[in-house]
Amino acid sequence: MTMKSSTRQVDGVTIVDLSGRITLGEGSVVLRETVRDLLSKGQKKILLNLGDVNYIDSSGIGELVSAFTTAKNQGGDLKLLNLTKKVHDLLQITKLYTVFDVKDDEAAGVKSFS
Amino acid sequence: MTADRVSYTLDSTLETVNNAEETASRMAAEAGFDDEEIMKISMAVREGAVNAVLHGNAYDPNKKVTLAFELTVHDLVIVIRDQGKGLDVSRIPDPLAPDNLMKTSGRGIFLIRSFMDVVEIHPSQTGTELRMIKHVHGNPADSKEAPQ
Repeated sequence: MTMKSSTRQVDGVTIVDLSGRITLGEGSVVLRETVRDLLSKGQKKILLNLGDVNYIDSSGIGELVSAFTTAKNQGGDLKLLNLTKKVHDLLQITKLYTVFDVKDDEAAGVKSFS
Repeated sequence: MTADRVSYTLDSTLETVNNAEETASRMAAEAGFDDEEIMKISMAVREGAVNAVLHGNAYDPNKKVTLAFELTVHDLVIVIRDQGKGLDVSRIPDPLAPDNLMKTSGRGIFLIRSFMDVVEIHPSQTGTELRMIKHVHGNPADSKEAPQ
């Protein structure tokens, strides 16, 4: 039920590998604190790898929006990588798919920041 | 017509939200829905439970959430009641409106309406009742949303 988060650096881009559920409570908090921590350390090119995120609720969607807006407001950029069908469909329904910059290839995603 | 009905009275906690979702998933599976429909039903129930616990009862330990499932030949009917002040339906935002698109909340009811065949919201001074119906086996008597 919980969400796990780990980060790695690739060519100046921070890739955040998330797994589990981004839902009200722990999952949303983990995402929020991870992004906030990265931005505070000046790591402003963020690629959220959602390939192992199997569930997201409206709170999680809100948290993605918040992370995106926060990164932009601090002069950074946040993109999404490897959406599962469920998350893809949710972003389509909520019309957020075109708001986010969504990548399905990690190397291309990293390169897109430069 | 046979009907199976089960009802739960739950505390206003996050655990209730998770339990409601899991119960909905199990009930939907027992009703014969496929995996995608099960996900939609359980997510609708999760969102409804979030509304009841957070916005309705505001985590008040003295207030309960009632969750009821009824399976008929044609429908899975799910009712969630809280004991809050009553949701102001007129103030539910359209999350697809350009001004709201980047807001960090306000998508719960929208998702419920997207995922269920019939959605009714009945607010009163003693709480809000959310009634959701998913037709079994794609019953063609669909109406996306009943009058409120």
